[in-house]
Amino acid sequence: MEKNVILSVRDLVVKFHVRDRILTAIRNISLDLYENETLAIVGESGSGKTVMTKTFTGMLESNGFIAGGKIFFEGRDLAAITSNKEWEKIRGIKIATVFQDPMSSLNPIRSIGSQITEVIKKHQGKDGAEAKQLAIDLMNRVGIPNAADRFNEYPFQYSGGMRQRIVIAIALACRPQILICDEPTTALDVTIQAQILQLIKDLQKEFHFTTIYITHDLGVVANVAQRVAVMYAGQIVEYGTAEEIFYSPKHPYTWALLSSLPQLGIKGERLYSIPGTPPSLFNEVKGDAFAPRNPYAIGIDFEEEPPFFQISQTHQAKTWLLDPRAPKVEPPVAIRDLHGRITAILKGQVSK
Amino acid sequence: MEREVILSVRDLEVSFPKGKGRFIAVRDANFDIYKGETFALVGESGSGKTTIGRSIIRINPTSKGKIIFEGKVINEKLSAEEDRQVIKNIQMIFQDPATSLNERATIDYIISEGLVNFKMFKSQEERKEKVVKSLAEVGLLQEHVTRYPHEFSGGQRQRIGIARAMIMEPKLIIADEPISALDVSIRAQVLNLMKALQEEKGLTYLFIAHDLSVVRFISDRIAVIHLGRIVELANTADLFLHPLHPYTRSLLSAVPMPDPISEKAKELMVYTENLHDYSVHQPSFVEITPGHFVWANEPELEQYRELLK
Repeated sequence: MEKNVILSVRDLVVKFHVRDRILTAIRNISLDLYENETLAIVGESGSGKTVMTKTFTGMLESNGFIAGGKIFFEGRDLAAITSNKEWEKIRGIKIATVFQDPMSSLNPIRSIGSQITEVIKKHQGKDGAEAKQLAIDLMNRVGIPNAADRFNEYPFQYSGGMRQRIVIAIALACRPQILICDEPTTALDVTIQAQILQLIKDLQKEFHFTTIYITHDLGVVANVAQRVAVMYAGQIVEYGTAEEIFYSPKHPYTWALLSSLPQLGIKGERLYSIPGTPPSLFNEVKGDAFAPRNPYAIGIDFEEEPPFFQISQTHQAKTWLLDPRAPKVEPPVAIRDLHGRITAILKGQVSK
Repeated sequence: MEREVILSVRDLEVSFPKGKGRFIAVRDANFDIYKGETFALVGESGSGKTTIGRSIIRINPTSKGKIIFEGKVINEKLSAEEDRQVIKNIQMIFQDPATSLNERATIDYIISEGLVNFKMFKSQEERKEKVVKSLAEVGLLQEHVTRYPHEFSGGQRQRIGIARAMIMEPKLIIADEPISALDVSIRAQVLNLMKALQEEKGLTYLFIAHDLSVVRFISDRIAVIHLGRIVELANTADLFLHPLHPYTRSLLSAVPMPDPISEKAKELMVYTENLHDYSVHQPSFVEITPGHFVWANEPELEQYRELLK
């Protein structure tokens, strides 16, 4: 099946000025986003997942800048846009973002209704009564009970989950083609999280947008994603379908991330934990950035940056272990049969 | 084998003033924590789990019921000496390592504050020795004592919080969401550390969390709390294998597992209180099988017994 590429990142480099020093937050990322798919970007904090997606909407902090590369979207290069006026034609309209904390993304002193209608009026050119009706429809659609009555309420009168539903409603008011969800459920309770994830999936079926999830929670990734990109120290180190990443991961960093999940832990045993810390991105990284923390690292990992090795049409990993000359290494026992292990854990069949 | 109970909570109610009346945050809470175990309180925000923890260390005053620690009721007026004993023996680890440490104090000061208050050393050398030892236990170095909290990462700060609790040689530690503010890769380290310290010192933990998947890994017994009421209490295996209360089941169904096959086949259960008809039969907290308690009325118990067969 031929899939249409909706957004395409090539050799993206993003740097920040920090107190007279330069920090390289994104180091040469290339990525294709396909129409109507759900891509999850996972990684530790500081790996650059948020920074990368901020470049899609021109929302980098003022000390950050794109130092190289291109971002193709609708036949133009987003990396070359410099004026805010240009960005306003894309940000929120074609590419919208849902942020982590619903309290700080809503204006606390304006009513919920006016915040939704503002967007509809501005971008769809509708007048008062019509805009209000559209806003109430949207509120209904994202699951706000008694939407018409709650139209004039303020954010503090909404619960966390309801606020996040409003943020989603605002994001969808302009029918964006791409919805970036940056840790949309991290601040919410699990039961509410499950509802919000389901809501985004349902809306995606209805409105046919493309979703990028940014998250550190691999449980959420398993729930929503068709494709996964694993990020480490400003680079994508492995791409694949959700099944490939969970059931046959190739990069040692992906192995480490999966192995350290408490969900896989067996009571009475120690959990795997990744030794050391990520490298400082103020300095140039030599070789494979993960090498110092990688128990499987081989000599060349410290010398030369690995290229991507193609495993299947959809699966690539950036590790020297896939080089034909490298020693054969099996992934850690804990994650070799992930589905089997989790099924067994859920049935209580695993013990010390 | 009769296990020693270290903490008992009996018919506990905690309420807060609200307008002219009172808001009841926790009602009819009943549980025992045994010496050396990890007991988890699981619930969503607003369920009252933290309130229970805070009333045990006596930050929140209780309005009814008893909290009994080592045979002594502690939620009433205590003598100065008893009060000190409770403070020393029940310590807390907080959720957010960024706000629970004094930004203007050195690590040395933060960790030895309890030692100073309780005069738990004979000489300055001994105090320093104790601080360095407790830092070493949590994997930090001697040279860290002169530094300030902002010089540490989130995981390290949480370790400092743990060292600060441990140095008091407490018997019970209340850990309120100790890993939810941490990065994925750091969580495993902190959980392992807490486990290791427990084994070494025979500590008892009250672990407060919203994440059932973490709780499954660390705890021996779990109490599920919903809107101020404990709806189910069982040992970990029983709770995961035979969840009875519909709220427990909805909570279990909502936990995302890192496994696309089971995640994508999963059906979400939504819990509302309308599921229960308590108009005729009143519910109570019943031990349905040994050690497995559930909040239910007679017809529901009938149903649950059927399920357990």
